[in-house]
Amino acid sequence: MLLSIWFFLWGLLWAVYFMLDGFDLGLGTLSPFIAKDQREKNIVHQAIGPFWDGNEVWLIAAGGVTFAAFPTAYAVLFSSFYSPLMIILFALIIRGVSVEFRNKSTDPGWQKLWDVGIFVGSFLPAILFGVAFANIFKGIPIDGNGVFHGSLMDLLNPYGLLGGLLFLCLFLVHGALWLSVKTEGSLRERGFRYAKALWLPSLLVAAGFLIATWFNTSLYLNYIERPLFYAIPSVLIPLAVLGGMAGILYFIRKQHAWYAWTSSAITIVGVTFFGIVGLYPNLLPSSLNAAYNLTIYNAASSPLTLKIMLTVVVIFIPLVIAYQVWVYRLFSHTVTEEETGY
Amino acid sequence: MDVLFLSRLQFAAATYFHFLFVPLTLGLSILIALMETKYVRTGDVTYQRMAKFWGKIFLVNFAVGVVTGITLEFQFGTNWANYSKYVGDVFGSLLAIEASVAFFLESTFIAVWALGWKRLSPKAHAISIWLVALASNISAFWILTANAWMQNPVGYVIRGGRAELENFWALITQSFALHEIFHTLAGSYILSGFFVMAISSYYLLKRQHIDFFKRSFAMGVTMALIFSVAEVIQGHMNGAEVAKYQPAKLAAMESFWETKAYAPQYLFIIPDEKNERNLVEFGAMPGMLSMLAYHSPKATVKGLKDFPKDERPPVAITFWSFRIMVALGFLFPILAFLGWLKRKTIENYPRLLRLFLYALPLPYIALQAGWTLTEVGRQPWVVYGVLKTKDAVSMIDRSQVLFSFVGLVGLYTIIGLIALYLIVKFVKEGPEVAQQ
Ligand code: HDD
Ligand code: HEM
Ligand code: HEM
Repeated sequence: MLLSIWFFLWGLLWAVYFMLDGFDLGLGTLSPFIAKDQREKNIVHQAIGPFWDGNEVWLIAAGGVTFAAFPTAYAVLFSSFYSPLMIILFALIIRGVSVEFRNKSTDPGWQKLWDVGIFVGSFLPAILFGVAFANIFKGIPIDGNGVFHGSLMDLLNPYGLLGGLLFLCLFLVHGALWLSVKTEGSLRERGFRYAKALWLPSLLVAAGFLIATWFNTSLYLNYIERPLFYAIPSVLIPLAVLGGMAGILYFIRKQHAWYAWTSSAITIVGVTFFGIVGLYPNLLPSSLNAAYNLTIYNAASSPLTLKIMLTVVVIFIPLVIAYQVWVYRLFSHTVTEEETGY
Repeated sequence: MDVLFLSRLQFAAATYFHFLFVPLTLGLSILIALMETKYVRTGDVTYQRMAKFWGKIFLVNFAVGVVTGITLEFQFGTNWANYSKYVGDVFGSLLAIEASVAFFLESTFIAVWALGWKRLSPKAHAISIWLVALASNISAFWILTANAWMQNPVGYVIRGGRAELENFWALITQSFALHEIFHTLAGSYILSGFFVMAISSYYLLKRQHIDFFKRSFAMGVTMALIFSVAEVIQGHMNGAEVAKYQPAKLAAMESFWETKAYAPQYLFIIPDEKNERNLVEFGAMPGMLSMLAYHSPKATVKGLKDFPKDERPPVAITFWSFRIMVALGFLFPILAFLGWLKRKTIENYPRLLRLFLYALPLPYIALQAGWTLTEVGRQPWVVYGVLKTKDAVSMIDRSQVLFSFVGLVGLYTIIGLIALYLIVKFVKEGPEVAQQ
């Protein structure tokens, strides 16, 4: 029971991270295209500025919770994904300093440089997180000691790349809608237009990914083998994903940015949970031998640690959500002209 | 260079770099919070201008502290997989608690503070920087508790081939951790005090913004004085903790080879590690080392020769970093006291001001030396007495680590230079002119 709760929390933290940083990373990737001039770039920058760090801490928390609850999975996962993870981290570092340093000078050359940093630092993690998660769903060549017997190229397999593309598409839609939430006038329109244009490709990639999942992973087997256990998720998750996708289009038509963005958030959480629930009780399947799979039974911490951590999470995560919501409301105004600060 | 060596190099580079920025965050956040509180209390806008000026520098420093923290969080998994598997049950939870208790608070309210000047009442704005200061210091508590557990593991049992948590309370209340936390925080406050003193001195030497920088100086020097005196006293207790729990580190710190009662302390030593002796020993104070370490001149201090060769830390590095730290540790209270005495008329003492300006690197050196002593002196153990560093490393491809090491050093160097450029730029721009 405790283990299952932790499995669910583990998935939840990653899902929340993708839902939140997804819009930063998506908008950062779109920024060179969606903002036509320096003034618009400033506005896009301000739509990210107050939020990126608070969002990124969900990644640190997801990493920390993986370490605390499933230390063996933390060790095997991150050492196996060594190079992609390092690239993600370097990119996130570049993203962070770029957002923070961009407005430290009004020199156009200086700002252009950091705009490039924001693009690169957003684009790479968006793709690579998708590649990584697709590979987790698929399983990687690890032996009984959790040692990885593959190379970077093994991770860049077609299914992995399709996962990368899927994350990128979802994040781009998410980011474009965030721009509509945060701005008015022509930028808001353009956010809607980009989201709408990216909607169909996203749906196609998602469909392709779901089909490829059948051939590349055993996620569906899990759903089929234990129909009762999976009754609720197997109804809810497709509903969330499809409903979210439909909601995006519907609310774009209605010009309702917040609802469209929320629909997109639901889609991202749904897609993440589709994979996570399908994995259960595995955390990281081995493609060499199912006996080497890392599961919640052989990779977890002791019950005492899990209980202490559960107490911490139950107290502090709601608190965090409360004050982060407060901050989102504090900065909920649309950004129009340049505000000082920073 | 094998995976082990490269991983150690990479870990050291990443933490040293992170810790170039962390201490200023820890102390300056408090000073800025005090400035804003004074502004709220008195309505004197000079204090608000002070918070803004120091705040600009703070934000650059903070940003680099944040981005360099991310790699550290994941390095335990990437490079030290066997370590993570073996002690994750105990160690991982401390890291996760740090993130959920401190990092969220810190990262959320720094944005509120930085962008909220116009949106919040002065009082709410001051509260937001207090929350940042609180959260940073709480984060230090958890990460240092984690580090102290590696220095002196308690509250665990070995079960099923790994260390499992048995008593969480023992972990967070052990004396080794409390000393390490106090010592590191005090060191960070010393650094922050000297930082503010140095930049204030720069302007006072130029005789610009005199009132503004005298007030800043007074706040900085007060912080530096209090904590540099506390640091000397408490640092001694830190030594006693090491003597009790890490005798090999103590012996290396003192370059002490032969086990003896009435162990002397020397004024000056040059260690000769290869021949297991000291090249020079000068100014013996009989019984002093026994006294300092065990509070009795009669006590026996175990010499390095009585530890197996493969359980001795590198002597020269441990020894010299300790000397550097302690020498600076005695210098700081003197400097701070001089500055504090003259703080009311400090603009009339250009020589002193120049001294404070050039003293800026010293606390940075002391802090890094302190960490070198603590971490190198712990070798060859990664978790003292439980797990050796060489058994902690991941089974990964060497080329990957080479790539990440070169990438990390390159990236950090560029970021560090840009941060330095920005800090110098903001210092030179000076405070904004008073309105009214
Ligand atoms: C004594 C203090 C101290 C020490 C020894 C460390 N840190 Fe640190 N860290 C902080 C004090 C701090 C801080 C003051 O809280 C920072 C610096 C600037 C900041 O924003 O927070 C921070 C930031 C920071 C962040 C970014 C948080 C964010 O995004 O807001 C991470 C992930 C880490 N650290 C992780 C680590 C790890 C894994 C360490 C050990 C190897 C470590 N730190 C050593
Ligand atoms: C921020 C200040 C710190 C500095 C400057 C620092 C410095 C170092 C250095 C120089 C090494 C290499 C020692 C050697 O291999 O000879 C090292 C290793 C290490 N330290 Fe720290 N450290 C710091 C904080 C921490 C903290 C807070 C932790 C844990 C919570 C930690 C955990 C480790 C680990 C796991 C290693 C790797 C194993 C090893 O090489 O010994 N360090 N550190
Ligand atoms: C005369 C004064 C001082 C004494 C006797 C002293 C003593 C010590 C000792 C024995 C350690 C090793 C603890 C361990 O291995 O766990 C240590 C570590 C350290 N020292 Fe000092 N110290 C002094 C001054 C300072 C000053 C002035 C600073 C910085 C401004 C400083 C910064 C540090 C740091 C950052 C560490 C590593 C963290 C820790 O282990 O606590 N020390 N000190």
